[in-house]
Amino acid sequence: MTSDRLLGLGTITIALAYIAGATQIQIGFLSDPVGSRTFPYIVGGVAAICGAYIAFRPDQDPSWPNSRTFLRIGLALIVMYVFTQTLKPFGFLIPAAIASAALSYLISPRPMMAIAAGIGLSLGLFAIFNFGLGLSLSPFGRYFSG
Amino acid sequence: MELLANLSQGFAVALTPSTLLLAIAGCFLGTIIGSLPGLGPSNGVAILIPLAFSLGLDATEALVLMTSVYYGAMYGGRISSILLNIPGDEPALMTTLDGYPMAKQGRAGDALVLSGVASFVGAFLATVGLMLLAPILARVAYLFGPAEYFALYLLAFCTLGGLASKNQAKAALAAAIGLGIAMIGLDNQTGIPRLTFGEIHLMDGVDFLVAIVGLFAVSEIFMFIESHGRNTAIGVKLDKITIPFRDIVKSFPAMLRSTAIGFFAGVLPGAGASLGSFLAYMGEKAVARDKNSFGRGNPRGVAAPEAGNNAAAGGALVPMLTLGVPGSGTTAVLLALLLTLNITPGPLLFAERPEVVWGLIAALLISNVVLLIMNVPMVKLFVRLLSVPPWILLPGIMMVSFGGIYSLSGSGYDLVLMIVFGLFGYLFRKLDVPTVPIILGILLGNNMEDSLRRAMVISDGDWTYLFSSGICIGLWIAAIAGFVAPVFLKNLLQPPKPVED
Repeated sequence: MTSDRLLGLGTITIALAYIAGATQIQIGFLSDPVGSRTFPYIVGGVAAICGAYIAFRPDQDPSWPNSRTFLRIGLALIVMYVFTQTLKPFGFLIPAAIASAALSYLISPRPMMAIAAGIGLSLGLFAIFNFGLGLSLSPFGRYFSG
Repeated sequence: MELLANLSQGFAVALTPSTLLLAIAGCFLGTIIGSLPGLGPSNGVAILIPLAFSLGLDATEALVLMTSVYYGAMYGGRISSILLNIPGDEPALMTTLDGYPMAKQGRAGDALVLSGVASFVGAFLATVGLMLLAPILARVAYLFGPAEYFALYLLAFCTLGGLASKNQAKAALAAAIGLGIAMIGLDNQTGIPRLTFGEIHLMDGVDFLVAIVGLFAVSEIFMFIESHGRNTAIGVKLDKITIPFRDIVKSFPAMLRSTAIGFFAGVLPGAGASLGSFLAYMGEKAVARDKNSFGRGNPRGVAAPEAGNNAAAGGALVPMLTLGVPGSGTTAVLLALLLTLNITPGPLLFAERPEVVWGLIAALLISNVVLLIMNVPMVKLFVRLLSVPPWILLPGIMMVSFGGIYSLSGSGYDLVLMIVFGLFGYLFRKLDVPTVPIILGILLGNNMEDSLRRAMVISDGDWTYLFSSGICIGLWIAAIAGFVAPVFLKNLLQPPKPVED
């Protein structure tokens, strides 16, 4: 119940913001009968109606995981975000090893296995990407290779 | 005769060593993807698209590789259904109903062989059906103007949403989210940026590959973290594999019936393989004299959904190639591949690039034979893959997803966007908001808007033009029926509960 009410309200808010954004679209001098704004209005309108329906007629709550699992999902998000931010400066190998190991640990908390998985995946995938598929990922990035 | 000429042209393309090698590699990878729990055809194909792109393949080769992966994943999905009682992907859900009980009775090998043969029958005949039906439909597609296309896109959203979620409002919301995201970026007609909120990265719009990989693959990682420990079923041991000739012969009529049902379900825009396997199973149960044995390891209950879902996979290619409207989640991903390769599906594809279409069809016929060999005598190899532990598999999926997208765009912004899509994908899946209509919306949004605007230019703003032809009216009625019908058929469309341990 609560989840769907929140989903509905969130949807309405975003849909209204979307429609408000659509009113700011510049109209070109060569305009067709429909124009640039109509379709976004329709889409926003449909979304808002769906949001209202969901908020008023909510389904049963899904079985949300407990707070420790949420914490793990949050940590996984942080791991991924840090990975995307370190990929350019530090290259593929080290961030990939750390991120894979961290994610592996979040799934199954055995440190040695996780470290092995991280190093193995990082080296193995780098080999596949670079030599097998010819992607040019930088192995160490600009901080290490100078 | 034209058909034979076309087909021989297709085989001339498909039988070159490089194409053949790609087809075999695709089948192998696809079966692996299908059999790994948590990697289905749609997210498997999604994470491989950037990699296929970086190989520098031409259009035909890329398409052959990815459709082989698609077919392979449809075959492979049954392995974890039968042995672990965990469907490798959504369409394989129905196979768990009788496949797992059969395996528990010590007939795991029989169930795997039987379902492999059923997959072959379904997929092979559906490819033949594709060959016969697609050129005809391509000719019909010439009659489609902007008003017809607009109605067709609407139909796809209505039928796809109707089955994907228990709540129609959520299905419609998903379509609206997708369409809303598609609007971001430069307006196709005027070239003026829309809804970018001054963000320069958004001028190009949101790359659909980023959305697909985020919604399908990254969200799967979160699902796995949540379910970890709970879903690790012990499963059933597989010993010797023999060929159960009696079961195959006895369930052969069931396979043929299911193929017909599945193919039809696949051709309907938006309906897809899950519906195909569902209808095939329920249909077989309805005509069977021994109804009670269904759900308890009836071989026909294994053969029917497998033939049905593989036939639907072939059928779903028909609207994707001829009209540019995918018939399922995975064909939506394949459409993304076509668009990335700068190929516009539709009738002109058949007229102007016959080597692509017929090369693909010939390659699919070959792939099916390869898959039969891989999935019957060599099935033990893939069974061993089921024991890859999630703590290696999931980080691996993450790295392949990020590496692939990064190699395509080279932009950290896209990677962050992908994580955001992954998080929302997870929340949406928990809240029963289907993700496939979102993808479809992002893929088709601009085309849908363009056809609406073109239709209105032609008619000078007269809205009744949208209902001016017989095809239009038919499509609108089908769309409304497709959206409303599931509300009334809710109880009928409820899949039977799988057996518990």
